[in-house]
Amino acid sequence: MAQVQLKNVVKKYGAVGVVHAINLDIAEGEFVVLVGPSGCGKSTTLRMVAGLEDISGGEVIIGDRVVNDLPPRERNLAMVFQNYALYPHMTVRENLGFSLKIAKRPQAEIDRAVDEAAGILSLTPLLDRKPGALSGGQRQRVAMGRAIVRHPDVFLFDEPLSNLDAKLRTQMRVEIKKLHQRVGSTVIYVTHDQIEAMTLADRIVIMRDGHIVQVGTPLEVFENPVNTFVATFIGSPPMNLLEGVIRAGQVVLADGTAIPQPPGLNVAEGRKVQLGIRADNIMPEGHALPPTAHMAFVEMPVILTEPLGTETLLYATLSGTEMQAKMLNPRPVSAGERMRFGIALDKCHLFDAETGNSLRG
Amino acid sequence: MSTSTTADFRTRLQDWLPKVVLAPSFAVILLFVYGFIAFTVVLSFTGSKMLPKFDFIGFTNYAKLFALQHWTTAVVNLAIFATLYIAISMAVGLMLAIFLDQKIRGEGLLRPLYLYPMALSFIVTGTAWKWFLDPGIGLEKTMHLWGWESFHFTWIKDSDMAIYTIVIAAVWQTSGFVMAMFLAGLRGIDNEILKAAQIDGASNWQLYRRIVIPMLRPAFLSAFVILFHLAIKSYDLVVALTGGGPGRATELPATFMYSYTFTRNQMGIGASSAVIMLMTIAAIMVPYLYSELKEKP
Repeated sequence: MAQVQLKNVVKKYGAVGVVHAINLDIAEGEFVVLVGPSGCGKSTTLRMVAGLEDISGGEVIIGDRVVNDLPPRERNLAMVFQNYALYPHMTVRENLGFSLKIAKRPQAEIDRAVDEAAGILSLTPLLDRKPGALSGGQRQRVAMGRAIVRHPDVFLFDEPLSNLDAKLRTQMRVEIKKLHQRVGSTVIYVTHDQIEAMTLADRIVIMRDGHIVQVGTPLEVFENPVNTFVATFIGSPPMNLLEGVIRAGQVVLADGTAIPQPPGLNVAEGRKVQLGIRADNIMPEGHALPPTAHMAFVEMPVILTEPLGTETLLYATLSGTEMQAKMLNPRPVSAGERMRFGIALDKCHLFDAETGNSLRG
Repeated sequence: MSTSTTADFRTRLQDWLPKVVLAPSFAVILLFVYGFIAFTVVLSFTGSKMLPKFDFIGFTNYAKLFALQHWTTAVVNLAIFATLYIAISMAVGLMLAIFLDQKIRGEGLLRPLYLYPMALSFIVTGTAWKWFLDPGIGLEKTMHLWGWESFHFTWIKDSDMAIYTIVIAAVWQTSGFVMAMFLAGLRGIDNEILKAAQIDGASNWQLYRRIVIPMLRPAFLSAFVILFHLAIKSYDLVVALTGGGPGRATELPATFMYSYTFTRNQMGIGASSAVIMLMTIAAIMVPYLYSELKEKP
């Protein structure tokens, strides 16, 4: 186990910067998820930690060693790849034991480590098969087993679940979390899936265009997004954003609808803003929005409904913007029906219209 | 009504046209390849001398063949040649492929350069190497002209060493082709597997020894089969380079077959040697083709 530090880490391909001076401290045993849209530099960052990419500038520190110039094998880490990267000509047993065999450990020790890892991941009945004879989920487990056999300082996961179907992905997510609780190693996990990030992470690092946008626990980034990018990236469905101008303590939308600005905010008169409302905080009147002192009401025509069982997602338009609202205790709603919606203002966000930055200081 | 008949005619034509177009070449192959193979097999059981005769004498020709000192020489030469040729071609080809796979500059230029010898006929290769190895005009002469008077390289005139000159020329000709096969195999290996092995702690040597080369197994098999049948068929290279000499030092089964069938008026024995060569190749090719065709349903 070890802590990992990134100090002003830069990656350039020729003149093109891909990762721009990233700083990140990862504590021992922490599960950190790097998340962002494709091309944001998250995988490149992970590969620099692994030693598969050269570091163009700055320092990567694992434990107390600067590892910039160490080859991957001297960094004592393990990595799980998106397409598993199992050795197709070896059995599962040989795949699991490969790193120890390379390190010339005694055969008895290799056997013990392989059996232990196979036990943890319930791979024991598959040990003598080759990867070609395994399903996607089983291959993924072998890839994880290959990582834990080595007892590495740091686990690296590079989008490990994106090749699995939705059901298996949920299942493996739980297994990865259990594995982390059991082994307790430091984990750096890359994904583009915000649900994976939310469910797995101790801390989420949200990246865009080679920069870190926000670092925080899942709830921190969910409840206090620093800008509209984080606000719409984290959480499902994405946060509704309404363009408006501050007039006398109210957000006035393009069509003249006025919504009081969220409490506790002091925003200059006439400033252009975006009001952020999550679907959970805008609900049809009488449909179980927890009562608060700060309520506002708007009327919107419903254009589409998505019944999900316990709740129904309502699509409606407000001032030309498509909004998504949740309806608990659903009843049938027909398209075109005008409904009165309540907004929990104390849960809403205000962003600067130009920079997209949160106005919640 | 009339449109439907034309449509019928068209579909029928589409069905038949490929068969009609292929029929002549199919017939020609059937006659001149398989027909003559069968003819050769038949001849090998007859007492044909200068011209085919059909007096069947059973396995006498085969018995005579294996009693011939000349044939034994040819088989021993083939064993030496085939072993060295296949082993060295594969080793050189693999090495070139691995070097070329290091993301070097100018790969696009080097690759065809290594492949070019394959484009030459064996006759050209044989003639060129004959001149190059000839002590009077080739390498040795040049070294002497450059002032290295003691340089000595007369393998081609030496009956103990001449067979190795054939190995040299043949390796020169085909190792570029083997390289191309291995290079394709190397490019087919998922990059992430190599990265996984690096993280697992493999040094470069271990990476190749334990991951890359085992994963090139199909390429090794294909290369082996191709080189093996080239080795057995080797005729033109020997004729151009050494003419089977000095003496019988570079006689191979193919040159033996030609000389017995067409110049020594021993057609029956020549045919039986051809059948033995065919069976040797079949012993390799049949299982190979069987496994290749079986894997792709």
